[in-house]
Amino acid sequence: MPYRLGVDVGGTFTDLLLIDEETGATWRDKVPSTPHDPSVAVINGTKAICEQASISPSDVGQFLHGTTVATNAVLEGKGAKTGLVVTEGYRQILQVARSLVPGGLAAWITWPKPEPLAALECTVEIEERLDANGGVVKPVNKEQARAALESLKSEGIEALTICTINSYINGVHEQEIGEIAKEVFPDIPISLSHEVLPEMQEYERALTSVANSLVRPIMAMYVSNLRNELRKLGMEGRINLLRSDGGLMGSEKSEGHPVNLLMSGPAGGVTGALWSAKNAGLKNILTLDVGGTSTDVALIENSEPRLRRETSVGHLTVRASSLDVKTVGAGGGSIAHVPELTGALRVGPESAGAVPGPAAYGKGGELPTVTDAHVVLGNLPEALLGGSFKLDVEAAHTAMQTIADALSVTIQEAAQGIIDIANENMFGALRLVSVQQGYDPRDFALMGFGGAGSLHSNAVGKLMGSYPVVVPVSPGVLCATGDATTQMRYEHARSFNRTIKQTDDAEVAKWLAEMGETVARELEEEGVSRDEQTITFEAGVRYAGQGFEVDLPINIADFEAGDGIATLQAAFDEEHKRLFTFNLDVVHEIVNLRAIALGQGTEMPAIKVPEGDGDPAQAKVSDHTMWANGEKHDAAIYDRAKLEAGDKILGPCIVTEMDSTAVILPDHEGTVDAYGTILINPVA
Amino acid sequence: MPATILETNTTPFEKVAVDTITLDIVENALRNAREEMDATLFRTAMSPGIREQGDAFPLIADRDGLMVVGQFGSFIDGFLKGYNGDIEEGDMIWLADPYSCEGAVSHNNDWLIIRPIFVKGRLISWACMFGHMTDIGGKVPGSLPTDATSIFEEGVRIPPIKLYKNDVLQEDILTLVLHQVRMPEWCRADLLAIVASCRVAEKRVHEICERFGDDFFASATDELLDRNKRAMGHLINTAVSTEKVSFEDYICDDGRGFGPYKMKCTMWREGEKVILDFDGTDPQAVGSINFYLNENMFKMFFGIYMVMVFDPQVMFNDGFYDLVDVRIPEGSLLKPNFPAALSCRTHALGRIFDILGGLLGQGQPEFLNAAGFSSSPHLMFSGFDKDSGDWFQLFQIGFGGIPGRPWGDGPDGHSLWPGFTNVPNEFLERYFPMRIKHYTSIPDSGGAGLNRGGNGILMTYEFLNKGTVSIHDDRWFTYPWGVNGGAPGERSTKVLRRADGTEEIIPSKCDRIEVFEGDELDYITWGGGGWGNPLERDPELVSLEVSRGLVSTEGAFENYGVKVNTDGSVDAAATEAKRAELAKDQTEGEIFNFGPDIETIRANCKAETGLDAPIQPQW
Repeated sequence: MPYRLGVDVGGTFTDLLLIDEETGATWRDKVPSTPHDPSVAVINGTKAICEQASISPSDVGQFLHGTTVATNAVLEGKGAKTGLVVTEGYRQILQVARSLVPGGLAAWITWPKPEPLAALECTVEIEERLDANGGVVKPVNKEQARAALESLKSEGIEALTICTINSYINGVHEQEIGEIAKEVFPDIPISLSHEVLPEMQEYERALTSVANSLVRPIMAMYVSNLRNELRKLGMEGRINLLRSDGGLMGSEKSEGHPVNLLMSGPAGGVTGALWSAKNAGLKNILTLDVGGTSTDVALIENSEPRLRRETSVGHLTVRASSLDVKTVGAGGGSIAHVPELTGALRVGPESAGAVPGPAAYGKGGELPTVTDAHVVLGNLPEALLGGSFKLDVEAAHTAMQTIADALSVTIQEAAQGIIDIANENMFGALRLVSVQQGYDPRDFALMGFGGAGSLHSNAVGKLMGSYPVVVPVSPGVLCATGDATTQMRYEHARSFNRTIKQTDDAEVAKWLAEMGETVARELEEEGVSRDEQTITFEAGVRYAGQGFEVDLPINIADFEAGDGIATLQAAFDEEHKRLFTFNLDVVHEIVNLRAIALGQGTEMPAIKVPEGDGDPAQAKVSDHTMWANGEKHDAAIYDRAKLEAGDKILGPCIVTEMDSTAVILPDHEGTVDAYGTILINPVA
Repeated sequence: MPATILETNTTPFEKVAVDTITLDIVENALRNAREEMDATLFRTAMSPGIREQGDAFPLIADRDGLMVVGQFGSFIDGFLKGYNGDIEEGDMIWLADPYSCEGAVSHNNDWLIIRPIFVKGRLISWACMFGHMTDIGGKVPGSLPTDATSIFEEGVRIPPIKLYKNDVLQEDILTLVLHQVRMPEWCRADLLAIVASCRVAEKRVHEICERFGDDFFASATDELLDRNKRAMGHLINTAVSTEKVSFEDYICDDGRGFGPYKMKCTMWREGEKVILDFDGTDPQAVGSINFYLNENMFKMFFGIYMVMVFDPQVMFNDGFYDLVDVRIPEGSLLKPNFPAALSCRTHALGRIFDILGGLLGQGQPEFLNAAGFSSSPHLMFSGFDKDSGDWFQLFQIGFGGIPGRPWGDGPDGHSLWPGFTNVPNEFLERYFPMRIKHYTSIPDSGGAGLNRGGNGILMTYEFLNKGTVSIHDDRWFTYPWGVNGGAPGERSTKVLRRADGTEEIIPSKCDRIEVFEGDELDYITWGGGGWGNPLERDPELVSLEVSRGLVSTEGAFENYGVKVNTDGSVDAAATEAKRAELAKDQTEGEIFNFGPDIETIRANCKAETGLDAPIQPQW
C-alpha cells in the first residue's frame, strides 16, 4: 500500500494531495467544502483523487487529515453543553476567570461580558480538598458528590469535566469523582483535568479541560463517521489526524483528546512548509499563510518549527501545545475604510468573507478589499482558478475609488496604500514570531502560501529583508501536503516546580525515564514500534520567582551521569541573556518536564521538473500591466505549469497556477529550482 | 533649573513631508514596540504584582517627551522640570519620588526608568516604564503604611539618578537601594526587566529610523501627535458643553479614623479648550491617602475616556494636551504639599475614574456607566516560614464588580485596570503558606439594574503560618453608586475568623494585623453599581441568574421584583404584583443613586458595617 493521502478541510475548499510513496508522484485536487458535514467533501474528494490516480482507496496505506471541525465548533459556539465539577468554593472559576479585561485603560466600558465556556448552572461543587503537595486535606464526600452530579441531570449536559484544586499534583480525587460520574452519566464523555493538562493554574486547567469536553462529542462523531465511511470505501490503512503541535495522532485517540486538534488546520501549513523548504535546501523559514479573512505566520528555525504551550482560537486560549502560529485579521477579504474622525486609512479587521466577498468577485460585495487592491494594481490576472473564474475588474475599481476620494489620492495610490498596510500588519505578526523571540528576520527565507500568500510574500520579504522569498509548489494545497508528510508525535508534560536546590539529577532522571516510558507506550499503541521512535525531552526553566519559563532541550543521559542540572543551568542563563539581555543571581527553578516521542516519517521524495535553458519564454501567457512603487510597469503573465528548472523570471510579473497567483516585484528575480519551487531574490 | 540635554549633533531635525500611509506604518510599528515592552517585562519580572498582575506601564515618547504610545500619560515633562543635571546618550534614569517629578509617579513604590533614545548624536525619542515594587523598605512590609504622616515613613525615596551612565550599570547605587528593601531579589529582577523593556523599545525606534530616516521619524511623531489633537478637538467640541457640570465622590477614610474625604471636579468648555477644575476638593489628609495627581496624567485619563467611546482605534497620545486645562488646588488631597504621605494613593487614583465617568455621563448618555470597581484593593501577608525560616512576603491585588453599563451587565469579579489579572490560587498555595478556601463572586453584591452591576468577590484565605497582614481597601462606608434608576452595589468588608471560631470585622485600611496558623480572612470586595431600572430587567434572566448563584432568590424578589419558584421558574403573577408595589416607591428623574446621604450612613455605620464611623476631618 504505497500511497499516502493528505486531506485538509478549509472554510471554502477541501484540499487533497495524494502521494505515491515510491515514486514521489503527486496528485492534487480541490473540492468545495461541505460545512454542514465536512466528511462529505472528504469522502467525495477521496473518491475523486483515487480515480484521478487510477488507484483504489484500499491502496492508501495512510490517511492523514487536518481538520477545522473542532476549531469551527469553538468559533461558532457549537460545542457540547458541558457540565463542570469543581472543588467547593470554586464554582465561579470560569465566571471570574483571571479577572482580566483585555485592552487599555477604560476598555471595560465597551468590553462585552463573556459567558463562561461551561455554564454556571451546569457547574457544581464537591466537598473535597488536596493541599499544594497533593496531600488529602479533606477526602471526597461521595454522597454529596453523587447528589451534586445527579442535580446536573436536569440540565441535559452532553459532556462532563472534572477539575479540582491541586489535582495537577495528585489526580486521586478527580478519579474518585470520575468513578461516581461514570455511574451517574454512563453515556457521556468525561474529561479529568489532571489527564488533559497535569499542570498548575486552576483556571487554565479547568478551561482547557472544558474546551476538551466542548469539542469531544462533535469530534467523536465526525471522526468515527469519517472512519466508517473510509472503511466502507475499502481503506484499511491507518487514519491519523494532525494535532495543533504539528504531530499526528491516531483517529481513535483523537476522539478523547480533541483539545489537541484546535489548530490542526494551520499546523498543516507549517508542516507543509517544512517539507517544501527541505526540498529547496532551506532550514530557516518564516511562513506566511494568507487566506480570505486572516493570515497565519510561523517561524521555522533549523528545520524545527517553534512550539508554544498554548492554543488560541478566537477569544479562547487554552493550554495545549501548538505550533507557534500567530494570526492577524488581514487577508484577501479584509475591508479598507477611512474613519471620518482621523482620516487614517484602516484595513480590516472586518472582512467581506466568502459572501459577499471582494467587489471583484462579483457576488454582491461593494466594499473595497485587499483583493480589489490587487486587481487595481494588476497583481491578479483577469481570471482565476485556471480561467474558470472571471474577475469583475470594473467593480474593483469602483470600490477602490471610494478610498481614493476619501484620501484625495489616485486610485492606484489608494490600492497601494491598502496593500502596504496589509503587508505591515503581516509584518507585525511575523515580527512577533521572529524579532520578538530574538530572531533576525534577515536570517530567514519567507514562504508564502494559501490562496493569497504568494501575492504578498515578495513585498513582505522585502520589508523584512527575508530572502529568498519562496513560492512553493502547489501553494494552494500546501496544508494538505503538510498533512501527508508529517510524523506521528506524542507529548507528555508534567509540572515539576522544584528549584535546583530542592532536587537532584537522579530525581529528574527518574521522572524523565517514567515520562519517556509513557510516551513510548502511547506511540506503540498507535502502531509505531519502539525502534521506529525517537524520544526527546525538554525542561521549562526560570529564575525562581519569575512567571514564565524558557523551554530548553535536555538529554536524559546527562542527568543519569549527574551533570544534567549544571548543563541546564548554563543553557538557561545563555538563553535568558539572548532573549532579555540580562541574567540574575537567583536560584533556577525547573517548572515542568516534557517528553516527546516522534515516529519516523517516511521519506517523501519530491518530483523534479524538466530542465530548462534559463529563459521562461515557453511559459509566458501574455503581456501585462502592473503598478508598483507608484509607477506603471510593463509586465508579463507566466503559467507556472510550464516553467522549467533554471528559468529566471524577471519582475515585475505574475505567475499563475490553478489555485494561486504569485507576484514578482520590480528589481526582483525568481529562479526555478529543480523541483519547480520559485526562489525570489532582489536583483543586485 | 531644568535638565540639560547634551547632543553631540545639534542639527535640528528637518521637517519632511509625511504621507498618511507611511504614518500609519510608523504608528503600527510603535504600537507593536509597546506590546513588546510588556511581553519582555512579564516574561522576566519576578514579583507576582508585576508579572502575574501586570502592575506596570510603558510608554514611548517623541523627542520633546510627549507620549506617542502608552496609556498612563507622560512622565517625562515632570521629570525634565525637576531634574537638575545633564542628560546624554547611554543614560538610564531611575526615579521613584513623586515630589521630584511633579507626580509623574504617584508613590515611592512605583519605580520608573527613563531612557533617552539618541540617533546619530541627536535625541529623537524616549522610552519609559514604571512598575510597582512589592516592597521598598520602610515601617511596614509592602511599604504602604496606612498610618504614615510623611513620605519619610514610606520606604526608600529615589530622586532622579542615573542607574546607567554610558550604558554601564552603576552597581553601587543599586546595591545601596536594594539594601533598604525587604525583597531585594524581586526588586532587582523587576527593575532589570523594566530596563530590558526600555532597551527593546529603543531597538525598535532605531529600526524605524533606519527604515524611514531620522528626520522622517521626527516629523512622523509630530504628525501623530497632531492627528490626535485634531481628533480630540473634534470630540471636545461635540461632547463637552460650555455649561459647567460638577461631580463629587469620596474616599471613605484615611486609615487613621478620619473621613470621608471629598473629591470634586467641575468641567466646562471655553472655546476649543476644556477646563477640569478640582476646586472644592478637600484639603490634604494627614495620613497617606493623598494622591499627587499629575495634570498631564489626568489629561490622559480624560482623553482615554473620551476616545474609548467614539473611536477606540484612535491611538491615545499626548497630542491633545493643549486642549485641556487641569486646575488642582495646592494643598488639596490631589496636590498635597511636601512632605505629605502618599503611599496609599490607590483609592483616590481609582476614584478619579468614577469622577470622570460621572462628569462626562451627565451630558452624554454614551458615557454614563455606574460606579465601578474604582480602586485596587491590596492584601499583604508576610512573615518567616515556620519550616525554613525564610522570609516570605505577598502583595496581592484584589478585584470586584465592573459597573452596569449602557451596553449590558458589568462582569463579576473583574479588574477595571488594564492588563491586571489575578494570581492563580494554586500558585499562591504552592509558594505561600496559605490555602484559598473560597474564590467566588458574591450574589446580590452587584447593584440591581436593567443592566446589573458586577458582583464583588469573596476570597477566603486560610493562613498556614504565623504572619502579618496589611489591607488596603475602600468603599466600605460610601456606596458604589447606580445610575438611571440602577441601585448602588454592596460595600466591601473584611472578616477575620480566628482558629478558635471568634470573628472580628477588621478595618478597610490597616497594617500589622497578626495572624496565626488556622486563622481565616474573608476578603470581600465591593460590587459595581447598577444601570437602569431593575424592574425592567427580563424576569427570565433574573431567574437564570438565580440558578447561576449570581443573584439570590431573595435578591431577585426584593431588588428586581421577580418571584422565582424553587424549580427555577418565574411566578408571573407574583412578579407583576411585586413589581407594581416596588414601582410605587421609585423616584423619577434622578440620574445618580448614591444610597443614603453621608449623615445617614454615618449614623448606621456601626450597625451595618461593624466598624465605627470615621470622624469628619477638620482643617
